[in-house]
Amino acid sequence: MEYLYFGAKGWGDELFFAVLMTIAVSIAAMAIGILFSFIFTPLKLSKFFFLRLIANSYTTFVRGIPELLIIYLFFFGGSASLMFVAKLFGYNGYIEINAFITGAFAIGIISGAYSTEVFRGAVQSLDKGQFEASKVLGLKKPVYFFKIILPQILRLAIPNLNNVWQITLKDTSLISVTGLVEIMRQSYIAAGSTRDPLFFYSLAAVLYLVLTIVSLKFFNKIEKKYKVGY
Amino acid sequence: MDLELMLTSLPKLLYASLVTLKLLASSLIVGLILAVFFSIMRISKNRFLFYLSYIFSNLFRGTPLLVQIFIIYYGFGQIEYLRSTIFWVIFKEPFGCAMLALSLNTAAYTSEILRSAFETIKIGYIEAGQSLGLSKGTIFFKIKVPIAIHQSLSAYGNEIILLMKGTALASTVTLMDITGVAKNIISTSFKPIEVFIVAGSIYLCLTFLIQYFIKIAENKFKINV
Repeated sequence: MEYLYFGAKGWGDELFFAVLMTIAVSIAAMAIGILFSFIFTPLKLSKFFFLRLIANSYTTFVRGIPELLIIYLFFFGGSASLMFVAKLFGYNGYIEINAFITGAFAIGIISGAYSTEVFRGAVQSLDKGQFEASKVLGLKKPVYFFKIILPQILRLAIPNLNNVWQITLKDTSLISVTGLVEIMRQSYIAAGSTRDPLFFYSLAAVLYLVLTIVSLKFFNKIEKKYKVGY
Repeated sequence: MDLELMLTSLPKLLYASLVTLKLLASSLIVGLILAVFFSIMRISKNRFLFYLSYIFSNLFRGTPLLVQIFIIYYGFGQIEYLRSTIFWVIFKEPFGCAMLALSLNTAAYTSEILRSAFETIKIGYIEAGQSLGLSKGTIFFKIKVPIAIHQSLSAYGNEIILLMKGTALASTVTLMDITGVAKNIISTSFKPIEVFIVAGSIYLCLTFLIQYFIKIAENKFKINV
């Protein structure tokens, strides 16, 4: 148990901050993902074939290619393309983008593809009468969107967004390959220096399990709040 | 765009896709067999079997696949006793460890798919079978199983694609699958975008192939329920 002491002797404080990092990067990725879905959901439901094609390629590509490969693309490609731009301005040094930003962005793009599908499904399962009624009532577009459509979409989307959050939270473990010190990376470091991988990886599993269970409870509460009938 | 690099890395990545396919096929088969057992345990009336399956499924669905692979590959090697047993054949190789982790992971998700398929079978079909005087075995194999397969095929197709994407994590334990080889080429050539396009296309082809086979299977198991 002395592994878990705080301070220089144990790994308690390091693991505590690693958990915070996992939470932070998960929330950032989820937020980026929802932002992406706000762009791509309307495109997916658009009348124009070309816009639909863009949105469909995004979701198909991201959901058909392994997350790890996408992270490698961002990790290696991010700094490479930045260095390319820097070279144009006469800077020839090595540039490394912050691992947090790269990681949150890569996972965010993956999470966004899933969120887009969730919101598309929610919009499509809305009763058509809701759109027509608001038009008949002559409601202005913002009123109609924020007061009629959005609350109903949220009600339908929140249970599925819960799933997206679980996927996103677990996907952040892959960012450890870029060196961002979250739960997985910290366990890797601790396992290497103590030569006790079984203990630290099992502990990592427990930490992830706690995070998923706690967030599940949290989502259930929100679900209840939005679960109002017609 | 470095076309030459793309052309030279294509055969290497195609060759590596054999490892990916081998990993996918073996963990798919083992995972499905385990999933059938776990889903039967889950719908059984025995409380012990129920909770065993319940805990298994939530344990593996609540933790990242990467952690599971690391526990099995790095963690289990630490157990001295394991080295003297016959199971060491699996644990000493990265392929065996990755396959075991992927099998258990997919078994957890698939058992949930099968469970919900069994649970949503309308009681009327079973009652119809009983009133016809069919034996328990006949009802199970001729009524329950075909309906459950029909119900779960599309969800299972998604699970196969998720498993295929999961095989990429095997590259973190030194296995040279598509992602592993792609990473090697990237770190020697410093051309991530080109390599990503080639490797990503192979993965997308695999995804489309899986979707195509699932469509065929869905047509084959089409029943009018």
